[in-house]
Amino acid sequence: MTGVKKIKSQKSAAKRVEIPEGLWTKCKGCDEVIYNRELDQNLRICPKCGAHFPIGAWQRIASLVEQGSFQEMDSEMIAVDLLKFTGVDSYPEKLKQSREETGLKDAVITGVGDIGAHHIGLAVMDFRFMGASMGSVVGEKITRLIERCTAERLACIIINASGGARMQEGLMSLMQMAKTSAALARHARARLPYISALTHPTYAGVMASYASLGDLIIAEPGAMIGFAGPRVIKDTTQSELPRGFQTAEFLLERGLIDVVVPRKQLKATLVRVLDYLMPPANPAPQPAAAV
Amino acid sequence: MPPTTRLITYEFEKPILELEKKLEELTRLAHEQKVNVRDQISEIEKTIEETKQRIYTDLSAWQRVQLARHPVRPFTLDYIRAIASDFTELHGDRLYSDDKSLIGGFATIEGQRVMVIGNQKGRDTKENIMRNFGSAHPEGYRKALRLMRMADRFGLPIITLIDTPGAYPGIGAEERHIAEAIAVNLREMMLLRVPILSIVIGEGGSGGALGIGIANRVLILENAYYSVISPEGCAAILWKDRAATPKAAAALKLSAKHLIELKLVDEILPEPLGGAHRDAAKAAATLKAALLRHLRELLAMSVEQLLEDRYAKFRAMGQFEIAEGIVQSQAE
Repeated sequence: MTGVKKIKSQKSAAKRVEIPEGLWTKCKGCDEVIYNRELDQNLRICPKCGAHFPIGAWQRIASLVEQGSFQEMDSEMIAVDLLKFTGVDSYPEKLKQSREETGLKDAVITGVGDIGAHHIGLAVMDFRFMGASMGSVVGEKITRLIERCTAERLACIIINASGGARMQEGLMSLMQMAKTSAALARHARARLPYISALTHPTYAGVMASYASLGDLIIAEPGAMIGFAGPRVIKDTTQSELPRGFQTAEFLLERGLIDVVVPRKQLKATLVRVLDYLMPPANPAPQPAAAV
Repeated sequence: MPPTTRLITYEFEKPILELEKKLEELTRLAHEQKVNVRDQISEIEKTIEETKQRIYTDLSAWQRVQLARHPVRPFTLDYIRAIASDFTELHGDRLYSDDKSLIGGFATIEGQRVMVIGNQKGRDTKENIMRNFGSAHPEGYRKALRLMRMADRFGLPIITLIDTPGAYPGIGAEERHIAEAIAVNLREMMLLRVPILSIVIGEGGSGGALGIGIANRVLILENAYYSVISPEGCAAILWKDRAATPKAAAALKLSAKHLIELKLVDEILPEPLGGAHRDAAKAAATLKAALLRHLRELLAMSVEQLLEDRYAKFRAMGQFEIAEGIVQSQAE
């Protein structure tokens, strides 16, 4: 495990200068100022302390699947403003802004591809798109992916991140929890594996549905994971939260997570566990036939 | 009507309250001074009726949320007592404890034996502490699943009564993985081979409600609400202002009439004018009749039909578009 929580004791005054946006990132783990390009080249992991920063969906996919093997599904699916939701910003404005910022159409990319020798279904959520909140598009894309995996007898892998259900779609977004979990019920009944990877942060409606339902639940170091956010819990209970509360390591200790895996080892880990769950199509050993 | 009802009223009910006070005053006067005020009395009674009609038939989303939270509104156990000839409560999740905010057990309704599960709020402070204000911990969801699995094994239809502000956001709840407990219920309820009927009787608070809400039919009381987030939570996040709560309630389209338009619920059960608490017996009778009618229909279905029906119901929920010019086919 990497020392995500390591805090540098000496903060030199020189490091407190203004950091121009876009070029540099200050590490949340060690306060080190990192050149963004260096961070990108290192899968957005701090080269000094190993802290994991959120990573875009496409960069994640590239880090996992064999080159050229990924076929995206439902790439043109977009959200509709079914409630004509009027918040401080309108929902269409929010969507437009997120699309421009990320180049994505919504908060998840789904498709099929190869990981090592395994042909698998893969979904990757992108926190930059409205906090990877789950509305109808995320729910439908995830459900279609799972249904395809069930029909084609593929393992399904979902790399999660989310703030929860998308408020702007009201109860319809809550029902995406039911829809995705229903598809996973049938996938499990067909005795096919589903692996859930939890990255920073994974909360609320997504955590209370498919993110929690993996045969295997893998988490990235330092990821914050839970149902309610820490501030809500603090406000409700009026008490101090335990040290490390809701981190991947805290939840590993309390039995929710199978294994904490650093980002750079995720692919190798997935290949290794898929070898157990979906052995290559060798003919099963047959009992000796009676003559 | 319990005497406390009149003590607890909301701002929008004030005009009714004032008229009722006037009526009381007049009645007392007539009694004490033996004057004939029959005409005035019937005049006021008429105005009260008219005012009630005007106020209660055109409630805002936020006003309905307030009615759904009314402290003397009938709760799960009130409905069970009113409609069941027997209720044998069963306790505990066999893992950690017994959650008193999410109850369940065997019940017999007009001779029909069922498993009933429901969120339970408290009537006073003491009971509310015991019931955790209707917010369940993981143990509640795990107990519910234990009982529902038992119902599945012994062929008992499942009735769930939903009335929670939400699953509990607490330290222990997180340490024992409340998100996982809810998620497992969503998955496992989909595979139960008996009819499941859910009725939102008060608050349908987000994942905490859905955790017992995977059903073949979902009914909702007229003034109940069902929402992805509390109006207060939505206001705090999107408006950064708690005062925007009524606006958030409207924007979320969480009232029964909106949810039926969106095809997210199957039927609205009418409440007595002014809310279920104004005539609890009548509210219970409505609920009982609808429950038995739906149950009859579901009991006529085969196991395969029940499973397919439940899957198709939730599978159809979601609205999206395919960007122009691209042809997409739906995955099987």
